[in-house]
Amino acid sequence: MNIHEFQAKQLFKDYLIPVPESLVVTTANAASAAAQTLAGDSWAIKAQVHAGGRGKVGGVKIAQTAEAASQFTAQMLGQRLVTKQTGAAGLPINSVLVEKTYPIKREFYLSLLVDRHEQKLCFIASEAGGMDIEAVAEQSPEKIISLFINPAAGLQPYQCRQIAFALSLQGEQIKALQSIMSGMLNLLVDKDASQIEINPLVEIADGSLFALDAKINFDDNALALHKDIMALRDIEQEDDKENKAKQFDLSYITLDGNIGCMVNGAGLAMATMDLVKLKGGAPANFLDVGGGTTTEKVTEAFKLIVSDKNVQAVLVNIFGGIVHCDVIAQGILGALKQIKTDLPVIVRLEGTHAEEGRALLEGAAPNIIAADNLDDAAEQAVSLAGAGI
Amino acid sequence: MSILVDQNTKVICQGFTGKQGTFHAQHALAYGTKLVGGVTPGRGGTEHLGLPVFDTVQQAYASTKADASVIYVPPFFAADAILEAVDAGIKLIVCITEGIPVLHMLRVKAAMAGSDALLIGPNCPGIISPEACKIGIMPGSIHLPGRIGIVSRSGTLTYEAVHQTTQQGLGQSTCVGIGGDPIHGMNFIDVISRLQADEHTQGIIMVGEIGGSEEEEAAEYIKNYVTKPVVAYITGLTAPAGKRMGHAGAIVTGGKGTAESKVSALKSAGVVVVNSPSIMGIAMQELIANG
Repeated sequence: MNIHEFQAKQLFKDYLIPVPESLVVTTANAASAAAQTLAGDSWAIKAQVHAGGRGKVGGVKIAQTAEAASQFTAQMLGQRLVTKQTGAAGLPINSVLVEKTYPIKREFYLSLLVDRHEQKLCFIASEAGGMDIEAVAEQSPEKIISLFINPAAGLQPYQCRQIAFALSLQGEQIKALQSIMSGMLNLLVDKDASQIEINPLVEIADGSLFALDAKINFDDNALALHKDIMALRDIEQEDDKENKAKQFDLSYITLDGNIGCMVNGAGLAMATMDLVKLKGGAPANFLDVGGGTTTEKVTEAFKLIVSDKNVQAVLVNIFGGIVHCDVIAQGILGALKQIKTDLPVIVRLEGTHAEEGRALLEGAAPNIIAADNLDDAAEQAVSLAGAGI
Repeated sequence: MSILVDQNTKVICQGFTGKQGTFHAQHALAYGTKLVGGVTPGRGGTEHLGLPVFDTVQQAYASTKADASVIYVPPFFAADAILEAVDAGIKLIVCITEGIPVLHMLRVKAAMAGSDALLIGPNCPGIISPEACKIGIMPGSIHLPGRIGIVSRSGTLTYEAVHQTTQQGLGQSTCVGIGGDPIHGMNFIDVISRLQADEHTQGIIMVGEIGGSEEEEAAEYIKNYVTKPVVAYITGLTAPAGKRMGHAGAIVTGGKGTAESKVSALKSAGVVVVNSPSIMGIAMQELIANG
């Protein structure tokens, strides 16, 4: 789960990670009032959306007056911000962060995440802050420092010093960095975050360090342990269909093709998408109906798939294991009764009770097409979707 | 005939009396697995499915000398269950549970360092040596005792590979689902090295997916140490970056863990990488036929 920058900064404050003074607002009037309350010469007006890359598309503006703060806020609120991370539809701007600005001397990068290879927590730091860290890693890997946390020893001061000296920090700054890193580690562990990113971490004129931006991702598997974090969820920043799918314990991801896919198992669901692509088509979604599938779940899955207006054909790919294919077949028939769609539904059933399942579907409806095998199913789906039946 | 488990493997079940545990224990018993008891705290001294129930894994191990334990407890209790099994002296721990927090698994892995216990999973179908021992949730009926070893991060894709090798008459020596989580127990190399050493295994099918770098590491290992034919299928070529594709571990982040990178590493290691999940069995049959 993602949260907004202003929520992440509040968590930073709780963990003594210094952040610029700021106020979150939802009206233009409140923005000018916030600027006056914060005082100072200028303010950053930052659109609050669950995506990076805001600065490049007008999602961050610098206001020199309280009036400008109000104007920029008015321009942003109610709009959808499209960044390179959001997709074409963009994300709604429902709140804006008004933040005091500081004379910045240097910008760094600092993040904490789970390293899969080492199976440890890992700090990543770079003197090249404020940039796309992936590009830095690609172009100048020598500017990236990775540092692993021994689970028994925890974060040691020498590790913080390593990063501090690599970033050419001095004196009090070294202690400040140590405090920031401890705060990040405590926050990640306490709240089951999967990643905390500060980009940039800035050094201002008087030498102090601030987290100018704040991004935290949380481990979905642990959310039920953290009611306070769950309360930060903003479903308006999330995909409607993906959320609806979650209610029915379905794993769904929207894609931009025209072949709806319903599959059991995450691996097979991905493989089905790949196969559609291989045959020259484009999948409209990833959908895993899961292991313990019921008729109800199949029905809901069908509703979700056909609610996507791009969908021209539905490809059902089931390998029956513990789930019997005849149960799936009944689910498909039940769903088609409720939904009444003319879209071609190409069904491939294999595994436990596949014969019985196929028999149920045989001739049950004119738009149900039984496929002989997986390749055949994908080919038929691609040709029928392409024809736009 | 197999690696890790055979007809003599004695198995206990943690979460034995729960819905999942009961359901899959019944299937395991019907398949012929030597299930010798189970653990449900507070139910010690009773019987379930005609087998003894223990309060702790330690008691279960003392009484049954089980070789393996299969875990069906809910996600927030799974780390505790794994470590209880390690502590009791169980040598093979198969954790089926899906949805365990990543930090729990980091602690488990750190705590298991230095232990000789092996962990399969979590978030996996388990392990099976056909007609000898089934530990997990896979459908037994699609398997055929035989000569292909299968290792996979995905449950249903394992079943595809099993089904196809059964249809080809090749059968399986042992199939291991290593699980779809980012932090997990045995990896591709742990399984492939054992399949290479197993005299009855004549070919290896590996099924990988986007996320992490274990396929690339396996490719390097195969290049240096594996003489048996290997067929691989990697899924997730069309998955959008930054999105978790069902499995917690199936995600491309920062340009790392792409399907393309895995496919090219495996190809350069001499592995036959198929581009459709429907031809894993045929590809293996051809490799073996061509010697």
